[in-house]
Amino acid sequence: MSADEVVASLRDGMTVGIGGWGSRRKPMALVRAILRSSVTDLTVVSYGGPDVGLLCAAGRVRRAVFGFVSLDSIPLDPHFRAARQRGAVEATEYDEGMLLAGLRAAAARLPFLPTRAGLGSDVLRLNPALRTVASPYADGEELVAMPAIELDVALVHLNRADRHGNAQYLGPDPYLDDVLCAAARRSYVSCERIVPTDELLRGGPPQSLLVSRMHVAGVVEAPRGAHFTSCVPDYGRDEPFQRRYAASGADPVAWQAFLDEFLAGDERSYLAAVDAFHGAAA
Amino acid sequence: MGQDGGVSRAEVCVAACADTWRGAGEVLASPIGALPMLGARLARLTVEPDLLLTDGEAMLLAAEDGVVEGWLPYGKVLDLLAGGRRRVMMGASQLDRHGNQNIARIGPATRPTAQLIGFRGAPGNTVNHTTNYWVPRHSRRVFVERVDAVSGVGHDRAAAAGPSALRFHDVRVVVTNLAVLDFAGPGGSMRLRSVHPGVTREEVLAHTGFPLAIDEVTSTRLPTDDELTLIRSVIDPRGLRDREVPA
Repeated sequence: MSADEVVASLRDGMTVGIGGWGSRRKPMALVRAILRSSVTDLTVVSYGGPDVGLLCAAGRVRRAVFGFVSLDSIPLDPHFRAARQRGAVEATEYDEGMLLAGLRAAAARLPFLPTRAGLGSDVLRLNPALRTVASPYADGEELVAMPAIELDVALVHLNRADRHGNAQYLGPDPYLDDVLCAAARRSYVSCERIVPTDELLRGGPPQSLLVSRMHVAGVVEAPRGAHFTSCVPDYGRDEPFQRRYAASGADPVAWQAFLDEFLAGDERSYLAAVDAFHGAAA
Repeated sequence: MGQDGGVSRAEVCVAACADTWRGAGEVLASPIGALPMLGARLARLTVEPDLLLTDGEAMLLAAEDGVVEGWLPYGKVLDLLAGGRRRVMMGASQLDRHGNQNIARIGPATRPTAQLIGFRGAPGNTVNHTTNYWVPRHSRRVFVERVDAVSGVGHDRAAAAGPSALRFHDVRVVVTNLAVLDFAGPGGSMRLRSVHPGVTREEVLAHTGFPLAIDEVTSTRLPTDDELTLIRSVIDPRGLRDREVPA
């Protein structure tokens, strides 16, 4: 299916989990498709990078659920910062491990999972609905009962997939993409290349088959679909472009110029504009 | 290079950071930032040879030659840290006298004046294993009476949260560009342990936004000749340390 078809299945107000980590292997083609749509009022759950920044800049996010938002080589995302600092985006702030516990709870159809992370910190004060749970055993422990984070939809980008949704990562890190897909009612995979099923294992070992078709509702072939985040070994992060993106967070004029230059058209025109950007810079 | 026979402040800081890994044993070292990374590598080449270090991504690198000895993607780190075989040195946008650390935001949660990176792993780190801090610019902006958000859990908050928060809580040392501090003051409060060569205790107090406990303040040790050779020729020949702590 196409990225636009994936986004056509989204509804305003949904809770959307986005894969990758920071500015690494983000499903950016799917994020750009959201920007082309009218979908808004989203709750976005993410180990956040420019996916969160772009959606916040475009005013599509009501609430961000996150442990961090970072561009990695640039520590903070200026768009996310600006949105938060003008009070435009609500925040549910977790420790990274709490976020993982919440996703695992959802994947296992449990109401919560216990974790030590969060005790004593302001995560509990900021989320007054969070509860602790006393161990039923004779150990005296009282731990955070991290509630399940149920996702309406998960969006992830992997290196390869077959048309059924069996998806493969070829880089060093799976991130939490498999957990996100298992925590979601429906998951969509974009990938660099759709290949026949029997080609998957020619590209990597069995354990590189990260996401199973049983969890996947649709597959989108999106070459450079993680751009400008990294998608190793297919490509690294586009650092000059990421700096261009970050600079567009300076003010509304800079953001509008970024929109006009790169995001006014479809994915093909985006990639052409990126090539032109690099051609002009060369 | 600088004062004290050509030893720079940055080199004193690297050695002080290295000292924070003493006794860690065979655990994952997670140094966040340039100086902490140099300190951890120095410690592994000297006093703590069994430390494990990643390439900053998913690979565990055996030694300075970059041989991959293991695989530890981010998700596995989150599981590992709960088991305690890890020690971190984190940064801090704000720190208070009890060791509460803020990296999440400045100002109110609903509309921060400065949105920072988020809580990251700080809440989990601090209640699960040893945590130390590195502050490259010791100032009243960082050392504050009250942090705007408690990301890393300090001694008072861990105690107030109960036995499960305290069980593995171990916030020990803060290394800055001026001094080494610990929590051996009254009630687990911050104490000035040593000042770096060329720094006065008055200078440290003037740049700290709350009173520090003071008993016997020593001078932070100089790196040994062997350490200096390792710092200059092996772990930081390009002088990253001087960018973080200018002479």
